[in-house]
Amino acid sequence: MSALLELRGLTRRFGGLTAVDGIDLDVEDGELVSIIGPNGAGKTTLFNLVTGLDAPNAGSVAFAGAPITGMTPERIAALGLARTFQLGRVFANLSVMDNVLIGAHTRLAAVRPKVPLVGPLLELALALWRPPAVKAEEAALRAEVRDILSRFGERLLPRIDQPAYSLSYANRRRVEIARALALKPRLLLLDEPTAGMNPTETAEMQALVAELKASGLTILLIEHKLDMVMRLSDRVVVMDEGRKIAEGPGAAVRSDPKVIEAYLGHGLRPVAAAAE
Amino acid sequence: MTSWLDHTINGLIVGNVYALIAVGLALIFGVSRLINFAHGSVYVVGAYVGWVAVVHVATPLVLTIPLVALMSAALGLVIERFGLRPLQNSVRIAPLLATIGISFVLDQIVLLVFTPNPRALPSQLPDWRLTVGSGTIGALDLLIAGIGVASAVLLFGFLRFTRLGWAVRATAQDRDAAQQMGVDVHAVNQVVFGIASALGGISGLLVGMYYNQIDPAMSLQATLKGVVAEVVGGVGNVPGAVVGSLLLGLIESYGIAMLGTSYRNLFAFLLLVLILVLRPNGLFASARQLPPEPLTGTFIAPSRPLRVPGWVLLAAATAFAIVPLVLDAPYLLQTLTNAWLFAMLALSLTLIAGSVGQVSLGHAALLAIGGYTSALLALTWGVPVGMAILAAGVVTAALGTLLVSPSFRLRGHYVSIATLAIGEIVALTILNWESVTRGPIGLVGIPPLQVFGIDLGDARSVYWVSLGVLVLLAALQFRLLGSHLGRSFRAIRDDDVAARVYGLGLDRYKSLAFIFGGFAAGISGAIAAHLYSYINHETFNTQQSILALTIVILGGLGNVVGAIVGAVALVGLPEIFRVAAEYRILIYGVVLLLLVRFRPQGLMGTV
Repeated sequence: MSALLELRGLTRRFGGLTAVDGIDLDVEDGELVSIIGPNGAGKTTLFNLVTGLDAPNAGSVAFAGAPITGMTPERIAALGLARTFQLGRVFANLSVMDNVLIGAHTRLAAVRPKVPLVGPLLELALALWRPPAVKAEEAALRAEVRDILSRFGERLLPRIDQPAYSLSYANRRRVEIARALALKPRLLLLDEPTAGMNPTETAEMQALVAELKASGLTILLIEHKLDMVMRLSDRVVVMDEGRKIAEGPGAAVRSDPKVIEAYLGHGLRPVAAAAE
Repeated sequence: MTSWLDHTINGLIVGNVYALIAVGLALIFGVSRLINFAHGSVYVVGAYVGWVAVVHVATPLVLTIPLVALMSAALGLVIERFGLRPLQNSVRIAPLLATIGISFVLDQIVLLVFTPNPRALPSQLPDWRLTVGSGTIGALDLLIAGIGVASAVLLFGFLRFTRLGWAVRATAQDRDAAQQMGVDVHAVNQVVFGIASALGGISGLLVGMYYNQIDPAMSLQATLKGVVAEVVGGVGNVPGAVVGSLLLGLIESYGIAMLGTSYRNLFAFLLLVLILVLRPNGLFASARQLPPEPLTGTFIAPSRPLRVPGWVLLAAATAFAIVPLVLDAPYLLQTLTNAWLFAMLALSLTLIAGSVGQVSLGHAALLAIGGYTSALLALTWGVPVGMAILAAGVVTAALGTLLVSPSFRLRGHYVSIATLAIGEIVALTILNWESVTRGPIGLVGIPPLQVFGIDLGDARSVYWVSLGVLVLLAALQFRLLGSHLGRSFRAIRDDDVAARVYGLGLDRYKSLAFIFGGFAAGISGAIAAHLYSYINHETFNTQQSILALTIVILGGLGNVVGAIVGAVALVGLPEIFRVAAEYRILIYGVVLLLLVRFRPQGLMGTV
């Protein structure tokens, strides 16, 4: 039985810089794997390679046993892979409801019949005509969006019709996660979900991620807050300068000298050399 | 027959002239990430300053050139200070639209002062020619080459060796960082606009001397050529702009030699579209990286759209429907009919520029496709007019989407350039494809409006048909925007990367928007063709594209009701107040500028 996500020798070079360097990684069903590492270690580039936003120079990505290397992001999304972004990419002028509904786009079936060639035209016609099946589908999704938003307590529900640009930073991050959940993902990629959040908001987010994990969702998490990483992760992967330098349970990784050096050593070496 | 050497020399000389424009555009893009559509206007002003100096003051050449440079630079400073600097923190598209507005205003002022008639600009140089091999070189050729090379050397020295030049390069690399390190970025902007405009003005003067003729209509062409050369070399890349210009000059020169003068611009625009599709960062750029993650979309001004209750809309439609019954005012009817036709175009554009965020500057091309299709169907095959109009809508939807599809992978300013070029390609194809379109002669005797054999050619019927079609299209668009496609379009506009990650294929959804919008625009063009009974390649022109954009911005991007209100305001009001045609464009330019500056969300709000 193969892992849900399998990366083999994944490599991405930008000019002279190798941002991701021969990464091998397996994520099993139901697992929560965290990726940590200093800024510029290649974590977000790795996410871009997995989600199809960027194409690798070498190596392969397989999802649920099927190769997805070089596939377009929209096709990968349709396979059940959702992600959030490091700095937040909500649709600013869309309401909270519409933002989350976009998350469910790949699940639209009645309005997007899988007919070759004329499929898009049918979609246009059905969007204008809206037969009962299409209306029912839309209504069901709207109800589901409310359910998803209720996971965030009173943070988002009262603001459901407000445009995303009017939300606070933390709320925009929450909208992003709600949007990802609306896709009903088999694998959720979270890119620093607590970046820029205060301790209370971080704790809330941590509780939410724990809840998602408990519900059986497979999660790949990029996070700088080690506390959270240690509490949540089944496994931690440490990246530095594009390479995987350590992998294992949180406690083991934490005391790995290579990891300590990656976090503390860079930049100290030249200083030490100068001092000599 | 002239020799290949002659064509090469000619190409290089013309390329040199383009380089003077393109280098300025590249400099400006470098420091302010802006494609300056007003650059061609500076070029025209330069040419006219030169003309006044030479013809009326009889200045010698050594005085004419510095004078033109000085005046053009001054104009550039004014544009930067009052037109663009106030827009620094506004939405991304605002400065681009502002330069379009400025260009309209400047061109129209030149036209009002100097009349649209061409003027002869004597070259002030001895009329000798040097024979080189099988070709010849004139004194003016040498002057142009000399100025081109001298400007390049001076510019290189300035950017490389002076403190201010460093500041310019630092600002181009990272504006915020430069500012934090104490670079006065405003001063840098001023210097860049000054230099760029001086070069642009000199270019205008030289072109005037080269062809011994100047006219206000040169502006748009100059901007377009400069933009083509700049894109070929890589936007913002100064040496690239020079190479791109020379390449463009040569390609045009050889192309003309093979096929004739009327193909000149076709080569330029095909080259542009080709480069945008294959190497959007220019011939010399290497990497393509993901655009930065925006915290919030910044394309349109956030606003709360004005919600007009349904009964108000119904009442308004009814009121307009009974106008012909209660008022005997043929002029008013004609004016409003014109407004309804423009409103259809605006509906199309507000969907594409507003809802999907593809700011198209060549939208009139869709009118042209619709108009020609319907007229040809009716004239050549005797298709009943009603059927022909419907078919024109379908053909425009299909052909328009196909033509624009190369631009689907582009974003921001590149979309605007590409659509502008595609629009020009359509116009030039109509001009050159004489066996079908009858070329410059145009189509004569297009049958009047007729549905099911009922003659609807009189003013009242045309009015009702146009109004009815408009209401129908508007209702459909309303319904479209309320569907899952509406939010999908707007999601793509706000952040196309996030949209793709959630399964929205850009090709698919942009195509659907263009199919819907193309249909509306095609119908508008078709009705217009049957209304006018005569169309040619200039009936549907860039000015209409820009007018449509102004209407859409006035109404509020993406706003269906806004598009109609905007059309009545901008097409109807000037007509009713009998504003002379030449002042109308001036008004459009000023309206566009004021909107961009003070009310980017338009009257009814962006959606």
